[in-house]
Amino acid sequence: MTEALLQTLLNGAASGGVYALVALGYTLIFSVLGVINFAQGALFSLGGYLTYLFMGGNIGVNGALPGWGLPVGLPFLLALVLAALGTGLVGLVVERIAFAPLRRRGAEPLLSLITSLGAGVVLVNLLQILMGAEGYAFPHGAAALGQLPESLLIGGARIRTIQVLLLLISALAVAALSLWLERSRSGKAMRAVAEDATTATLLGINSEAIVRLAFLLSGMLAGLGGGLIGMSVSLAGPYFGISYGLKGLAVLVLGGLGSVPGAIVGGLVMGMAEALIPPSASGWRDALAFAILFAVLVLRPSGLLGRRQLEKV
Amino acid sequence: MIDNGLLVQMILGALLGLSVYVPMAAGQLSLATPAFYAIGGTLAALLATQGSPQATISLGAVLGEMLLAAALTAGLALLVGVPVLRLRGIYLAIATIALVEIVRVAILNLPFTGGATGIFGIPQPFEEPLGYVWLSGALLALVGWLFQRLEASPLGRSMAAVRDDELASRCMGINTTRVKLTAFVASAMLAGITGVIAAHYLNTWNARQGSFDVAITTLAFVILGGSRSWLGPVIGGLLLTALPELLRPVGDLRLVLFGLVILLGPVFFPQGLVTPALLERIGRWKP
Repeated sequence: MTEALLQTLLNGAASGGVYALVALGYTLIFSVLGVINFAQGALFSLGGYLTYLFMGGNIGVNGALPGWGLPVGLPFLLALVLAALGTGLVGLVVERIAFAPLRRRGAEPLLSLITSLGAGVVLVNLLQILMGAEGYAFPHGAAALGQLPESLLIGGARIRTIQVLLLLISALAVAALSLWLERSRSGKAMRAVAEDATTATLLGINSEAIVRLAFLLSGMLAGLGGGLIGMSVSLAGPYFGISYGLKGLAVLVLGGLGSVPGAIVGGLVMGMAEALIPPSASGWRDALAFAILFAVLVLRPSGLLGRRQLEKV
Repeated sequence: MIDNGLLVQMILGALLGLSVYVPMAAGQLSLATPAFYAIGGTLAALLATQGSPQATISLGAVLGEMLLAAALTAGLALLVGVPVLRLRGIYLAIATIALVEIVRVAILNLPFTGGATGIFGIPQPFEEPLGYVWLSGALLALVGWLFQRLEASPLGRSMAAVRDDELASRCMGINTTRVKLTAFVASAMLAGITGVIAAHYLNTWNARQGSFDVAITTLAFVILGGSRSWLGPVIGGLLLTALPELLRPVGDLRLVLFGLVILLGPVFFPQGLVTPALLERIGRWKP
């Protein structure tokens, strides 16, 4: 019984790690600009498809170039890193088109909600034209993990290796990000901009460059999540990232907007809570995240670990 | 190019745009419209398919459903609105997105709403789409007239005051909670009534009718049409509903182009198509 529970919780933690990645992507941008990038879900999809292509997967019959694929098939981890970088670059393009013009004009911040949604719609539908609407399983399946066995025995619970990898890679990414924010010069600059962009600029920090860096990193996190989920589950069509994007939003609020540790804790709590839902009620699983989100907003809008927002008059 | 069928959809789009516009006129970014739209549609679908299957239904029965949908959505909006409207800006937007998702999953999983396939064979009050044009057109005219009246009324002015500065308007003695709640309830009722018409017109109803996508498109109606006058969302709703249909010849690219409109519209037309300056020039529409 305890093994079964441990297995459930570990699986939950693995998907929770991915939720945390998505939520951290929102957090980076929210803390420097105070806005939500609604293209995050589409970038998540893109990451999944890029990983698939870098691993040597071919475009299906409904795509724009049926049967086309890269001449090389890279190992999963390398493909994942390249896909994350590629997604980060697209994140920069999204910033340039959907955010920068509005910011330069000092427009209402909520307008960027619309433009980023538009960028997401464009991205997802371009993916659909290029790749078709069908689902994709990654090439070679679990064999792409090389020498690793298909599943591991942890404390008597049997876990698929990819789930463990999911958790490890998310943890690694989160740790690297936290360390970078805490210690490095550019990380400190980003926290300074998040605290007060005007003062940071007066102190000689190039806040525009920091904003771009936030979008690059945020896109990379989304791409990483998409590649991991693609490997663990499959790519269920170009829209598959949107639901992860929405769940990431729930995690973001649960942890507290703009809080890095909050996003991590929120992701793990959300993943495990979903895993604990019995299979007979699995249809309701998607509602859980939003029910939690709703309850948090009503009861404690600052989230689990967020700072209480005081309004200056 | 625009047949009666498309015209009905355009008018329904305008009504949904107005539903998103009402809270925004009081400064609240609520994306809850698809939730109440879905509830109205589901209510109509359930009521109209009770008993033996029929192909037609009387117009009176449809009007009755509209009244019931208005009452139900108003009650729900009151219930949800009190806690939710304490939130502001992006928090309110996220909370209402959550509401939309909860309602969608509920309609998908409740035992009596037909699951993923939904409810079929909803009887028709009219034989031709033209009937729906008259029904929805009459509703739009009525709602438009109400909005025109509203903008000069104490409530409308209070809404504008809350939009411009909530704190200052509270200091002026405006009951801001009441104003915001009124706008939220009106928005929900309008969405619910529109859902009833849509369910009969579409003949079938399922959980996808009220998804996050609808929240995006209806918000785009307001932003691109202009959020400073009720004419904005009406124009936005009419145009943007017609756009994907008119773009049908370009095939797969049409959703990409639709996305580009949402992406670039606020960049090039930050105030939307119906701007205060334009209203000034037209003069007699001046709000």
